[in-house]
Amino acid sequence: MDFNFTEEQSMIRDSLARLIREQYDFETRRSVVESDAGWRPEMWAQFAELGLLMAPFSEEDGGLGGGAIDAMVVMEEFGKGLVVEPFVPSVVCGGGFLKHAGSVAQKEEYLAGIMSGEQIFAFAWAEPKGRYNYADLETTARKDGAGFVLNGHKAVVIGAPWASHFVVTARTAGDRRDRAGVSAFIVAKDAAGVTTRDYPTVDGRRASEVYFENVALSSEHLIGEVDGALSLVERVGDEATAALCAEACGAMGVAHAQTVEYSRTRKQFGVPIGKFQVLQHRMVDMFMEHEQSISMTYMATLKLDEPEIERKKAVSAAKVRIGQAGRLVGQQAVQIHGGMGMTEELAVGHYFKRITMVDSEFGNVDYHLKRYTDLCAAEMAVAAE
Amino acid sequence: MNLEFTPEEIAFRNEVRAFIEENYPDEIKGLGAREDLTREQFLAWHKVLGKKGWSAPAWPEKYGGTGWTATQRYIWSEENARVDAIMPLPFGVSMVGPVIYTFGSEEQKAQHLPGIRSGDVWWCQGYSEPGAGSDLASLKTTAVRDGDHYVINGQKTWTTLAQHADWIFILCRTDPDAAKPQEGISFILADMNTPGIEVRPIITIDGSHEVNETWLTDVRVPVENLVGKENEGWTYAKFLLAHERSGIAGVARSKRGVEKLRQIASTELIDGEPLISDGEFARKISQLEIDLTALEFTELRTLARESQGKGPGPESSILKIKGTEIQQRLTELTLEAVGNYGAPYFRGFSEDGSNEFGIGPDYAHHAGPAYFNMRKTSIYGGSNEIQRNIITKMILGL
Ligand SMILES: Cc1cc2nc3c(=O)[nH]c(=O)nc-3n(C[C@H](O)[C@H](O)[C@H](O)COP(=O)(O)OP(=O)(O)OC[C@H]3O[C@@H](n4cnc5c(N)ncnc54)[C@H](O)[C@@H]3O)c2cc1C
Repeated sequence: MDFNFTEEQSMIRDSLARLIREQYDFETRRSVVESDAGWRPEMWAQFAELGLLMAPFSEEDGGLGGGAIDAMVVMEEFGKGLVVEPFVPSVVCGGGFLKHAGSVAQKEEYLAGIMSGEQIFAFAWAEPKGRYNYADLETTARKDGAGFVLNGHKAVVIGAPWASHFVVTARTAGDRRDRAGVSAFIVAKDAAGVTTRDYPTVDGRRASEVYFENVALSSEHLIGEVDGALSLVERVGDEATAALCAEACGAMGVAHAQTVEYSRTRKQFGVPIGKFQVLQHRMVDMFMEHEQSISMTYMATLKLDEPEIERKKAVSAAKVRIGQAGRLVGQQAVQIHGGMGMTEELAVGHYFKRITMVDSEFGNVDYHLKRYTDLCAAEMAVAAE
Repeated sequence: MNLEFTPEEIAFRNEVRAFIEENYPDEIKGLGAREDLTREQFLAWHKVLGKKGWSAPAWPEKYGGTGWTATQRYIWSEENARVDAIMPLPFGVSMVGPVIYTFGSEEQKAQHLPGIRSGDVWWCQGYSEPGAGSDLASLKTTAVRDGDHYVINGQKTWTTLAQHADWIFILCRTDPDAAKPQEGISFILADMNTPGIEVRPIITIDGSHEVNETWLTDVRVPVENLVGKENEGWTYAKFLLAHERSGIAGVARSKRGVEKLRQIASTELIDGEPLISDGEFARKISQLEIDLTALEFTELRTLARESQGKGPGPESSILKIKGTEIQQRLTELTLEAVGNYGAPYFRGFSEDGSNEFGIGPDYAHHAGPAYFNMRKTSIYGGSNEIQRNIITKMILGL
């Protein structure tokens, strides 16, 4: 067992932390979030220059030879800096699909672009009525000769306004919610029949509704098995979830540290409010929640390559714990700041918002608690046979 | 003890319901209480009620109250909540009004009470300062006597909706040498148009402009605007806070909120079935409703005691704590219910915050901001920590 980071991972962390400190201070972030673009392409180029975008890929694929732990390191720093640029959508999701299932030609065409930052992917899986179920698809890709015709509407696609490509899930066979019959496609945003409606999110990012109207696709756009992509989708979804957990850990850590610091300097009744025992204990609870979140994030990240059931259980366990921890840490960070915690001007409220919204991405506490419970039941059934 | 309404009470309910149905202004129908309404929208219903004589039910009849029993007032809140009515704001009717009719001069009553009842005059509350929040008595804003005037200097903050206000009630220090900080404070009324008052917006995390900094620089206010006696303002301030707290339970509104949450959960789907049919989520709503019932009956007991001339005492802290926890939980569950569509942000994106772009269901588009905004309720009106301190001291005697 070894919980140490490699030299490369520590280097990534340190150089990213420095970059964020120097160029991603809170005021700068605020003005970027409020700008028309909502992000900084030049920042993305710098991330590419630092090697972040190639860190989680093998050397054969042209990467730096890292993996999920590298993504975790990056996302924890992103969380600390409330970075809005789309590492999870493009590198973890887009890159994840290509890494696991991309053909040689697809890797050549897309993965190099993802790693250089010239192509940006977004993961279009959620639908207006599908909630967190990857298989609950109204989007269809009708087989048409050697190709497919894609129709449907994807909801709240994070990072889509900045994307050049989407990975889109669609039903190619079977009934709605069947496990079989799901396929995944790479679709260029400028393909005929693709339209988007872009908007900001409540936590400072950008997303789109994405509509597909008779988009013609060939088998070269297919990623993974036709009709059999659900396991792949779930795997990438789990990797994204683990990365989000890391982001939440980073954000929780800062929210907690800022709260402790505030309680040292804010005086009421002639003493720093940090002297009130009820607040002390609450900040201890926040601390414990944050520590346990880090533990769960490590655990889940380390298990991402385990067999399916073990991986899913680990990721769901982490997402449950982090959803719960995030609620306590976020709410109490605001509470202990008093009125100041409610203001746009102070960073802590922005951490609260981001931590809150992590829960509803890729399945919330209830979803993952149920998934975990169902998996336990499935395991018991297997054992009983 | 008896839970049933008498025939008179049922008749009253029918009368009230009919009145609301006929008179609730069209232009604010369906808007619901929100932070970002215009002044006219905030006041529309208040003005109708003012004309009818129903804008300040809890006031003594001689000052324009309705003389309703506790049960009638309960019915009144319920019926208004049914239509999500935008009720008169607390600053005039529930805060400064009672202070003025209890401690003010006859001239002050004549000058101010009619405008508060009619909704023509908007009040805001100048209590908190950057350095004086929970420890309100440490406030530093000063009022110095100069002939027929007080000259006020200092800074108030978190002043809710001061951007719309016509008048402000200010806690000021008039005796800097008093033995205790509570002893040198006065309660002074000021016209917001007085030179030297400057209001600057504070934007909150939900993106709305609800609170403000209020800067006071050499603000000259006639001495007649002092309420009660000089240096006794703390007594009036505390009297007011107790009134503020009891209104804060918001039972009727939360009941309506639970109803709406159930509707949302019946529309939202999980694996093709209504979310409400998911045991886990349904139980969360049930739990919330059970907590709300406990609060409701605690409030009813408190009201019953009050109508016998007792209170509102420190028990009102229970109503504040539990009431706000429930309001917060409601928004938390709503955000949870809407799933992915909690993320889109509409303010600034569409002019009026409406969902004209048709992104996600209408009920989702305010879910995130509403949840963020509701965090305020455990902070203001005496934070929930301070309320627990009050119960510790006043009830447990520790
Ligand atoms: C949206 C909003 C609207 C408001 N509207 C108005 C208004 O119209 N007019 C007005 O005058 N004020 C208003 N307020 C101010 C409000 O009353 C104060 O925010 C409140 O009194 C808390 O003060 P503070 O923000 O300075 O926090 P602080 O007093 O600094 O408290 C910070 C934290 O310390 C805790 N704490 C403080 N003392 C103790 C203690 N002894 N024991 C345990 N914990 C303690 C608090 O509970 C809180 O969690 C508003 C506030 C908000 C957020």
